[in-house]
Amino acid sequence: MNQRIENHPIIDIPTRKRLKFFYNGKALFGFEGDTIASALHAAGITQLSKSIKHHRPRGFYCAIGNCSSCFMRVNGNPNVKTCVEPLREDMIVESQEGRGSIK
Amino acid sequence: MIHADILVIGGGPSGLSAAIAAGKSGAEVLLVERSQYFGGQLVKQTHMFFGSEKQHASSRGFDIGKKLVEEVKKYGNIKIFHNTTALGIYEDGVVTLEQKIGAEEIYLKVRPQSIIIGTGALEKSLPFPNNDLPGIYGAGAVQTLMNEYLVKPGKRVLMVGAGNIGLIISYQLLQAGVEVAGIIDASPKIGGYLVHASKIRRSGVPILTGHTIVKAEGDKHLEKATIAKVDDHWKPIPGSEMDMNVDVICISVGLTPSSAFFWQGGCEMKYVRELGGYVPKRNRFLQTTVENIYVAGDSAGIEEASSAMVEGSIAGFAASHDLGFVYEDFDREMQDLLEELQGLRGGEKGAHIRAGYEKVMF
Repeated sequence: MNQRIENHPIIDIPTRKRLKFFYNGKALFGFEGDTIASALHAAGITQLSKSIKHHRPRGFYCAIGNCSSCFMRVNGNPNVKTCVEPLREDMIVESQEGRGSIK
Repeated sequence: MIHADILVIGGGPSGLSAAIAAGKSGAEVLLVERSQYFGGQLVKQTHMFFGSEKQHASSRGFDIGKKLVEEVKKYGNIKIFHNTTALGIYEDGVVTLEQKIGAEEIYLKVRPQSIIIGTGALEKSLPFPNNDLPGIYGAGAVQTLMNEYLVKPGKRVLMVGAGNIGLIISYQLLQAGVEVAGIIDASPKIGGYLVHASKIRRSGVPILTGHTIVKAEGDKHLEKATIAKVDDHWKPIPGSEMDMNVDVICISVGLTPSSAFFWQGGCEMKYVRELGGYVPKRNRFLQTTVENIYVAGDSAGIEEASSAMVEGSIAGFAASHDLGFVYEDFDREMQDLLEELQGLRGGEKGAHIRAGYEKVMF
């Protein structure tokens, strides 16, 4: 599934560098300028976290780093706000269980 | 310890304007912004602005943001830190900051003489069953995803809320090539400007006033929304339910001021419905009940980018003035700004906002 906007009447769509990253062990591609969440969303992955108590699926809500609903483990660090964290080459992005712990 | 006369928290329209005004006045300014860009929510505003020419009417929002950033960079006495989150205001006047440099994070301290807070707002949500399913997003979040990251939120969207944000973002969804199944609003009238609503109607998108969302359904992602008509007390009317197959619900039911720093700084706060929630009391120069803390923009009360810019300038000139950094044309400039703000809040549309401000002025 590709959710990228390819034509837009007002915004020029830039040519951007492709970045490889890993989501739960699977290699995916995003673009430079993406956040982790925008790259995942573009690839059709909308569940980013689970609610702590009832384990309900959660995506982002605010996309600007306010609501804490997009927390994931990134390069081993838990509770990363994936909606504002810039995507980088070879990032390891994983679903997080519960509150997360620091290894 | 970083030196600054004035710390501005938030690099949106109000913070940028505050920094420029304080910079013009000759104060040493530090402007911090938690995201990688300055401009706040302007960076995703692809539509043209109304308002006065002085506040960049008929420019697109993202161009206004760029102009303000260029202006800030002209002043040698303004330091700007992006990727920098203000963490807390301490009793000894120290403000702690966390700055991201690449994948590293560093901890910084600043002890400013005055602080201007322009932290903006948070999107509100609505209570209904399964409102936490992926696919149910704040309207601003959808705008960010589309206009900043060039990603579609989904295939078919239900917009909840027919205020200006709901109408504008519905139009932007169409521009991005996403189907908008409809716009609903519990109110009997469309809240946004007629010009936006007409544009939407011409595109064939239905606007259903007097309707609310009853529930959402889906397994791991939204699959269906149920809406219903409401009675005079805004209660859903049994039997009027209608299902809509949508994979996105956009919630556009307003914003609430981001007020954490005012509470922490000890400012006297008041809940004002017209301004969107708890806001600090302030005088007309936007000084709060804590002498060296000023407020500007949406964190002072939910309004528009145009008034946020004017408020930022007022707070910037006033905070500098109070520290002895007086802009050469201070009296005239301040007079103009106060009048401009009054103009932006004029007429019938501004009555609501004016009522709100009357409750928090001292």
